[in-house]
Amino acid sequence: MSVIKKVVTLLRGSAREIAENVVDANATRIYEQEIMDAKQSILEARSSLADVMAREMQANRAVTRLEGEIAHYEGLALEALNKAQEALAEEVAGKVAALEQDLEEQRQAQQSFASQVSQLKELIKAAEVKIREHERQIAIAKTTESVYKATQSISDNIGNSGSRLASARESLERIKQRHEHLADRLQASEQLDRELGDKALASKLAAAGIGQDADRQRLVMERIRARQAKPTDGQ
Amino acid sequence: MEQSLKDKLEGLDTITGMLMGDLVVQLHPIPGPVPVVQVSIEGREELPIYVTCSDSQILCLCYLWNDSEVLVERRTELLETLLDLNPSVPLSSFGRIGDRYVLFGALALNARAADIAEDIAALSDNALDALEALSEFLQ
Repeated sequence: MSVIKKVVTLLRGSAREIAENVVDANATRIYEQEIMDAKQSILEARSSLADVMAREMQANRAVTRLEGEIAHYEGLALEALNKAQEALAEEVAGKVAALEQDLEEQRQAQQSFASQVSQLKELIKAAEVKIREHERQIAIAKTTESVYKATQSISDNIGNSGSRLASARESLERIKQRHEHLADRLQASEQLDRELGDKALASKLAAAGIGQDADRQRLVMERIRARQAKPTDGQ
Repeated sequence: MEQSLKDKLEGLDTITGMLMGDLVVQLHPIPGPVPVVQVSIEGREELPIYVTCSDSQILCLCYLWNDSEVLVERRTELLETLLDLNPSVPLSSFGRIGDRYVLFGALALNARAADIAEDIAALSDNALDALEALSEFLQ
């Protein structure tokens, strides 16, 4: 059964069950053993492959050499016949026949090595597919287990700290309120800055003798002098 | 494993904080059989991100809501919406662990702290957006 199928089955049970059961220790050990075996067989197959490929190359060379020798001796036999050396030609033909037998053997070896090479390559490919598949399955199982165990730890931790897990709405409200409060504070401080800025500007203007404040003293003085000039007023 | 996750997360708090506009980010290891680190982000303390690590990947998780919070009559609609949304949300996917809905991002085991920080920042923003957009399906 694929691990995803197993997870789907377990999902119908409780979360705790998933954390405990997805990673079937026994199955994981079997998978891990199979991965190790597959890796070992790849190593062995690679080493055999190198050996067989070397032998195939040797056979290829022997075939080329024998073909050359056969052509050479056939040429010599022809030359002997042309010179009416029948017996010598016969002897050379015997040599060619022996070479042909060798050639036949080397060609068979060549074929057998070639088929061993392709078998070993297939074997390595299959082992690699198996490793990838097992590793994927183990990863799914372990990730599921890890996620559920982490959630369990987090729940336990919240439980232990005595704080209740707030509902999503409550959390959202609180975060929003905090943001609004922050926004209000920012606005208030901007306003404050502006007001303080206004005051600073007004006092600078007054110091320069500009604006209403700058004139206040002179206006008061004028009023008093006017009263002095008309002392009968109000009597 | 615990040590290796801790090593991987070296500097994660600072980098995440910088990415999110100079926020304070804190890391707390959670005790248990598998390595888990809680990432708390200033202003979003209710929506922490959890980073955990298995043999094959690093997982950043944000718990969204419980099955019991879902409006029964709109449950199928919610599930379909989540499936439809999944391919559109960058770096994060919706899922469910037990009865808890999650938004998660997965990274390769050789991810650097900066990669994890980027995932966490995206996850936190996406989780907040998702919660706001999908709260109509919740009680």
